[in-house]
Amino acid sequence: MSAALLLLRREMALSWNGGGGPLLACGFLLSLAVIVPLGAGPRLDQLASLAPGLVWLALSLASLLTLERLFERDFEDGTLDLLALGPLPDEGVVVLKALAHWLTIGLPLAAMTLPVGISLGLTPAQLPLLALTAAVGALAFSVTGALGAALAIGARKGGLLIAVIVLPLFLPPVIFGAGALVAQADGRSPGPALALLCACALVAVVIGVLAGAAGLRGSRT
Amino acid sequence: MIDLDMGPYAAFVWPAWAVTVGVLVAVVARCLTQARRWKRELERLEGDNQ
Amino acid sequence: MFGLANPDRFMRVTRPLVGPLWVIAAVLLAVGSVWAFRVPEDALQGDTVRILFIHVPAASLGLAVYASLGISCLFYLIFRHSLADAAARAAVLPGAAFTGLALITGALWGQPMWGTWWVWDARLTSMLVLFLLYIAYAVLRGAFDDEGRGARAASVLGLVGLINLPIVKFSVDWWNTLHQPASLLRAGGTSLDPAYLWPLLVMMTAWLLLFLAVWLTAIRTEVVRRRVLAIRARRAREAQG
Repeated sequence: MSAALLLLRREMALSWNGGGGPLLACGFLLSLAVIVPLGAGPRLDQLASLAPGLVWLALSLASLLTLERLFERDFEDGTLDLLALGPLPDEGVVVLKALAHWLTIGLPLAAMTLPVGISLGLTPAQLPLLALTAAVGALAFSVTGALGAALAIGARKGGLLIAVIVLPLFLPPVIFGAGALVAQADGRSPGPALALLCACALVAVVIGVLAGAAGLRGSRT
Repeated sequence: MIDLDMGPYAAFVWPAWAVTVGVLVAVVARCLTQARRWKRELERLEGDNQ
Repeated sequence: MFGLANPDRFMRVTRPLVGPLWVIAAVLLAVGSVWAFRVPEDALQGDTVRILFIHVPAASLGLAVYASLGISCLFYLIFRHSLADAAARAAVLPGAAFTGLALITGALWGQPMWGTWWVWDARLTSMLVLFLLYIAYAVLRGAFDDEGRGARAASVLGLVGLINLPIVKFSVDWWNTLHQPASLLRAGGTSLDPAYLWPLLVMMTAWLLLFLAVWLTAIRTEVVRRRVLAIRARRAREAQG
């Protein structure tokens, strides 16, 4: 247990302090949000219908861009080999790394969707749901992204490769997350979509952890 | 009796079939040329041995 | 089944199969293609019904080939037979080609029938995702300098894609009912006239056999290629020492 806590603290410290940490991802989300009204026109009613799509696009891209180095640096400096010798199973390493990524990047990003949502014309009543779906979706993105990063360890090309691997797997959370917002905007209950989003996140956690551990093992032998 | 008069839909039916034939021929051709290429290479290498 | 994992036995067993497969596939393709232009025009769809005979086989084969790719990946992950990796690798090109053809012929069918090249319909969207999954597998399989590393990583991805495909299908279906598009896909073509059913079955069999011929040939080529690489590596070692 202490080994797990130690790894979690290390990962969070690295992710929070190293190279800008959450500021980098949040800055990316904000800059992306500025481009959209400039391209699509400043009318808020128009932007409001685009807002869920934009928020999800920005969220998925922002978590992708930060995932690229999740395992690569540890692979290069030998940390992964040390972890393999340690008491934690591969599944544990993947869980903790993904969890640290979610806590330090995913949650700040989810909080950042609030001002972005307002600036894109969503009403304040929609914001709690936006932040909630973004937080759950970010968890699914973190784990799925960890899976992609684990599979791409040692590959010739990094970032774009992970994006192509992982983006098709991002679709179900996007659909249900944006669906909850649409349902609320249409005056229906967002509950079913929210439940399906949580189910998707759970499935992503299970598959991502198992497959990510398989990817870690594959990078060694 | 083969009906080759596609009427108003000629612009859709023929491209669809043409693309299909083109892609299938390309897949088959690639498959066969690769097969021949590596088979020749193996025969050449094994021929050197003796 | 497991005896076939031995490359030598695989080559011996499949050798007499390959030629006949190609011949039967070619004959059935010719028969089906001619038949497709002999059936009467459809009352609603007119001559565009002739796209049916390439669109449906392409779409169903695109899905079936991904299933065989995913199962090959599973076999590779469990048993580590290099033949399973060769099988998965050999399925990518025909599978992606079939899926791409399904999308293109679907667009060419949709334009005259629905008045639009593309609708964000559940089936179309999941076919597009299937195409992306093929691309993802192919890209990852080729991204490593070390063959074994690429095989292991890509087989995990292929299996994950196979598990995810039903989830994607379900979520896209759900999303589609949320948006309730004009029921374009339900106009016509719900029940198939026997006059179209038989040539369609011939075409589907022909495409299936064509895929099997391409697949077997490509797996055999992969076995030969690995032998060549092994011989080259041995020569290089001998030349050094």
